[in-house]
Amino acid sequence: MKILCCISHVPDTTARIQFTADGKALDRTGITFIINPYDDFALARAAELKEKNPNGVKVTVLAVGKNGAQSTDSVDANLRKALALGLDEAVRIDAEPVDAFFVAHQIAAYAKDKGFDLILFGKESIDYNGAQVPGMVAALLNLPFVSYATSIEIQDGQAHLTREITGGKERLSCALPLVLSAQKGLAEWRIPNVRGIMQAKTKPFQVVPPVSVAPRVRTLRHEPPPPKGTFKKIDPENIQELVQELANKGLI
Amino acid sequence: MSAVAVWVEISEGRLKKPTLEVLTAARQWADSENLPVVAIALGADFPPNLTASLGEYGADRVIRLKGPQLEPLVNSAYARALAQLMRERQFSYLLLPQTYDGRAIAPFVAVWADGALLSGITQPPQREGSTLRARRIAYSNKAIEWIATDHLPVIATLKSNSIVPAKNPRVPTEEELAYTPLPEDLRLKSVGIEKVATDKVPLTEAEIVVSAGRGLKGPENWGMIEELAKALGAATACSKPVADVGWRPHHEHVGQTGIQISPNLYIAIGISGAIQHLAGVASSKNIVVINNDPEAPFFKVADYGIVGDAFQVVPQLTEAIRKYKEQHAH
Repeated sequence: MKILCCISHVPDTTARIQFTADGKALDRTGITFIINPYDDFALARAAELKEKNPNGVKVTVLAVGKNGAQSTDSVDANLRKALALGLDEAVRIDAEPVDAFFVAHQIAAYAKDKGFDLILFGKESIDYNGAQVPGMVAALLNLPFVSYATSIEIQDGQAHLTREITGGKERLSCALPLVLSAQKGLAEWRIPNVRGIMQAKTKPFQVVPPVSVAPRVRTLRHEPPPPKGTFKKIDPENIQELVQELANKGLI
Repeated sequence: MSAVAVWVEISEGRLKKPTLEVLTAARQWADSENLPVVAIALGADFPPNLTASLGEYGADRVIRLKGPQLEPLVNSAYARALAQLMRERQFSYLLLPQTYDGRAIAPFVAVWADGALLSGITQPPQREGSTLRARRIAYSNKAIEWIATDHLPVIATLKSNSIVPAKNPRVPTEEELAYTPLPEDLRLKSVGIEKVATDKVPLTEAEIVVSAGRGLKGPENWGMIEELAKALGAATACSKPVADVGWRPHHEHVGQTGIQISPNLYIAIGISGAIQHLAGVASSKNIVVINNDPEAPFFKVADYGIVGDAFQVVPQLTEAIRKYKEQHAH
């Protein structure tokens, strides 16, 4: 079984977010870039499937991006981290991920003739929470797509899955190949061990040029969120005041 | 006919709040460009008053695509039908709710209708010449991003709770067409749906959410949270550490890796306000923080703050709300 696991490169959750003077791009200075946390669920599940059947499963990790100027902004380093979970090979498509349409086309172009049985993503990336790329890749390759997947088991080329839906969950089955986006629960996050980290250094690592695709959506600018003023302090001895405030705003 | 088309999500025989929000946004969008709103519903069967309800929220035309194989929903089947309609009728725009299924369908339509996708916008897009501009939230509520496209058609998803549903009644024309999904859209088979047994509002749709964290000290203390939620007609939620240790079910976990919500009122009790938690809730319209630590970071995003012992404050608040509601029941 061949698995493709796609990861994105995002600012650490706790990073202080600032933009360039024109507001168009993130100011990357001093920011540590991490593997998108939802992609970690996908990587962990791929690692589990690999562990169960080391000779029968091959996992390729892919990212679309260019390495930044600082060592904390290296797509390659994050791909190596993913490999350290026991995965087989890494591919970096050497282009700035301009918009979801562009990124999806890069991934689909890479994947289309390689016979992957399973293409895994996180459910969304934590920078823009767009959740666009996995579905677009499924559409471009005309493959079934399970979003918000919380479990997948594979038996004789047939996948049995669970996905989150509004107010509950749905169980599904589907013959491979398919595209999946991971929700929390798909697998427990893993931390690479020293052996994995050492082995990752010598695993196959390919840098692929992008295909030519015109992006469709551009960023005009970023701005800070509307400022929150100081909050109104309510005396615990005078809860009635809070009820009145909420009532005045029509909230209760 | 150019139009603002809307995918109508029907759940358990009724229109959910995200769909009413989408209709409202579509109406505003259509008015700004002098276009009609076309509401498109797909399913095996439809609620009898569907067309009238859609008309109430501003739909000029209702198209029902009907087929026994359209339930349960398969994202690619719905997307293929929507993309086909967009092409045939030359709809310029399609707006979907940013729900579980809306988010899965939209990228497919964008590819198959050869469109541009604006994801998670918070208000109707605005046209300036050949450019369409939209606003969305970025970097875990730490920024607003303005995006633009010059491409047509445009497919967009609207973030839940971003706008207030407003009626704009009219009598829509209606049309019903048979639709049979392609075999390739039936590869994915639904084996069963399990709804979480709850009489409460789903978290993502709730207008009021009462949420609690480690400050409650143990799962046995959640009774007062449930009581407060009941008094307010609210959904209950929790922080990640609480879900991780099993005090509360995972489907209640709100935050970066949990569910992201933006209710009108969020009441955080005994939650310090770690950045990962705030990422999932900071776009709530009003935030009340109850915490005995005056330094809790959550107070920085609060509208109202009570520094005090939750075990005393919460029952008092519940009682005060009950009283208020009794007095204002009529």
